[in-house]
Amino acid sequence: MFKFASSVATAALIASLSSAAYADTTVRVAYDADPVSMDPYEQLSGGTLQLNHMVFDPLVRWTQDLQFEARLAESWEQIDATTMRFNLRKGVKFHSGNDFTAKDIDWTFDRIKQSDDFKGVFAPFVDVEVVDDFTIDLKTAEPFPLVLHTATYLFAMDSAFYSGTTSDGKDKSEIVKHGDSFASRNMSGTGPFVVTEREQGVKVVFDRHDGYWDTASAGNVDEIVLTPIKEDPTRVAALLSGDVDFIAPVPPTDLQRVEGADGVNLITMPGTRIITFQMNQNRVEAFKDARVRQAIDYAVNNAGIVDRIMRGFGTVAGQASPAGYLGHDPALTPRYDVEKAKALMAEAGYGDGLSITMMAPNNRYVNDDRIAQAVASMLSQIGITVDLQTMPKAQYWPKFDERAADMMMIGWHSDTEDSANFHQFLSACPDADSGNGQYNSGAYCNAMTDDLMNASNTETDPAMRGEALRKLEGILYAESAFIPLHWQNLAWGAKDNMNAGDIVNALNFPYFGDLVVSE
Amino acid sequence: MFAYLVKRVFQAIAVMFVISLIAFAIQGNLGDPLRELVGQSVSEEVRQKLREELGLNDSFLQQYLRFAGNALQGDLGTSYFFKEPALDVILKKLPATLELVLGATLIIVGLSVPLGVYTAIKPNAVLSRLIMGLSIVGISIPVFLTAILMIFVFSVELGWLPSFGRGDVVQVWGYWETNFATIDGWQHIVLPSIALASIMLPLFVRLIRAEMMEVLQSEYVRYARAKGIHPWRIYFVHALKNTLLPVITVGGVQIGTMVAYTILTETVFQWPGMGFMFLEAVNRVDTPLIVAYLIVVGFIFVVTNTIVDLIYGLVNPTVNLARMGA
Repeated sequence: MFKFASSVATAALIASLSSAAYADTTVRVAYDADPVSMDPYEQLSGGTLQLNHMVFDPLVRWTQDLQFEARLAESWEQIDATTMRFNLRKGVKFHSGNDFTAKDIDWTFDRIKQSDDFKGVFAPFVDVEVVDDFTIDLKTAEPFPLVLHTATYLFAMDSAFYSGTTSDGKDKSEIVKHGDSFASRNMSGTGPFVVTEREQGVKVVFDRHDGYWDTASAGNVDEIVLTPIKEDPTRVAALLSGDVDFIAPVPPTDLQRVEGADGVNLITMPGTRIITFQMNQNRVEAFKDARVRQAIDYAVNNAGIVDRIMRGFGTVAGQASPAGYLGHDPALTPRYDVEKAKALMAEAGYGDGLSITMMAPNNRYVNDDRIAQAVASMLSQIGITVDLQTMPKAQYWPKFDERAADMMMIGWHSDTEDSANFHQFLSACPDADSGNGQYNSGAYCNAMTDDLMNASNTETDPAMRGEALRKLEGILYAESAFIPLHWQNLAWGAKDNMNAGDIVNALNFPYFGDLVVSE
Repeated sequence: MFAYLVKRVFQAIAVMFVISLIAFAIQGNLGDPLRELVGQSVSEEVRQKLREELGLNDSFLQQYLRFAGNALQGDLGTSYFFKEPALDVILKKLPATLELVLGATLIIVGLSVPLGVYTAIKPNAVLSRLIMGLSIVGISIPVFLTAILMIFVFSVELGWLPSFGRGDVVQVWGYWETNFATIDGWQHIVLPSIALASIMLPLFVRLIRAEMMEVLQSEYVRYARAKGIHPWRIYFVHALKNTLLPVITVGGVQIGTMVAYTILTETVFQWPGMGFMFLEAVNRVDTPLIVAYLIVVGFIFVVTNTIVDLIYGLVNPTVNLARMGA
């Protein structure tokens, strides 16, 4: 076994390792992937964020109902239009034994600014000012409504531990994408767990951090063994046979099996990842006509797709923003009316139909290729002949970048859990300089919606902001800027005594530190 | 013998060169590795910068020459995902795969000889018909289906055997960890070995049966019978020896094929070997690892084929290897 020591041999580590020998509550977890690196800021992905919540702590974090909860920040206040002051928790220690202070947040912030993947999320922030050992000011260039949203990404790294050079003269703080680095193999955070063993792609072993500051948490798990199991049937079998205690995700085909099995629970929750189709106006003249786009929206039976292909395991969508987001407008309901669609096509002068190409991945989103096939056959009912091509995501993304088909599938989860993010990437006027519309393969462009997005990006009053974002969604809906299909639901399977329902959330990183396993 | 070996080594080098060229040529069609290395909202500008750093913007010839130059010094590139030299990653995964192949080979050897001989001696017996029927089923069902079915029967329903992974392994030497030192390890290797053997076993039973039936028709067997030698001695000493020659040739090639079949078996059982690693590498567009895997597997094929030829010569001394090489 390739033993992986999470940190240098400090007293804290020795203490936690020795306690592992007596671990009495072990939880075996199987995910479909494992984190690519131990570096919390190397790659922005679900696996990394899950790891970060186990080994590090953010300033604040999301609760199950998408509210903010204090973590390393005890409290916060807006002190002027561009400054949020955070009062930090005292008496917190890193796994290395170092004390956590304001300078660690300052140091981590500077490091994030060097991270290719994370610097975009932190772009509106200009600086962290250390007021005293336990107070920091987070400053933005302009008034910014998503300070707390972004603070959920600010995980304190141990600045002393990650400073200096390794024995072969490399900077310990460097972020390396495609090679070895100190931070990709060593960790010191303030979180509930320390990594004691890791064989990449095979397993990661976490042991409880004895000195964890959050003594209010009832979490009683001493050890977590995380195994990535990529194959859906194997992952389900591992849970049902008792080889593991907790799995994610549960594939839609096995929901009933898991729900019906003895001794295990199925936990589901509406997710926030929207699945859509975009219609490329640069490639197809007809797509410039809003009536044609509306006709397609009317022709697609997305409730039917959720019902039959997703087996009910999705939430039918009429817009990008899921319920709970500021921009969500319950009035924007899914549309389906084939007769109306045909009428719209005739009205737009395409009563004789048209031929288009379509592309979708076949291993990126749940049932992606089957959804694309269903949409293609639905469009044939209104005279649109579809030449559909599906391919693995590795080949799909370069095609997507080329805008290689007239209609392309794209799913999106907002990094900030905010509506403006959907518009910024999916439907804003494409602009290489700002990065807006980077995933807008429809080439939809509307100055009005972009203005609403820009206004909402500097509007700190939630009421005003919500109004702007809902208006934005309303315009996209009226114009059928894209075809919304559904939000993918989330599903976890766990043994009965796990109480797993208490620690899962819509962001899909369960808070294992708070997991209480009953006897 | 020596001339033969030298010739085989030169052949091997030529084969390896072609494999490296092909492996390198297909990597351009596997997709964009950058997509797997960065988050979805990372700008095109940043990706372009990374592409430049990784040397992905160079021409095919430049990239191949750089690769070949490093490969000659034993460096097959660095895996994007594991962030380690690709060869190291594969060598760490190799023992798991070889043990799985060994497990399957033991099952195949242990079962195919008695079953093949039995069905040849008693072709019309009920048991023989059953065995032959099952062998058709075994050949027709894909490995991954067999594997999933076995998991559901023996792990989920009966709870006899674990559903995934290698279990408790014991370090033997260097990277080598073995499954065969603990009960838990044995339990873990049973199902994957059977799954992997499921395709090859019927093939060998049928092969041995066919060869055996042919041999039993031959003059010397009839003569031996006429002399009154005990049937068991005829079957297992005189006939089997001649039966096994073609079986060894086919078997050697099939061991190479089995390494390829491990991709499916290992994926379903989450067996941490190099077949599973390869499929993951394809999904992640980890091109250096893909190329290195193809080269290593190519190497294994070349080596097993050479060894098979040598064993063939030992079993049947009338085959003159030196002349074959000349």
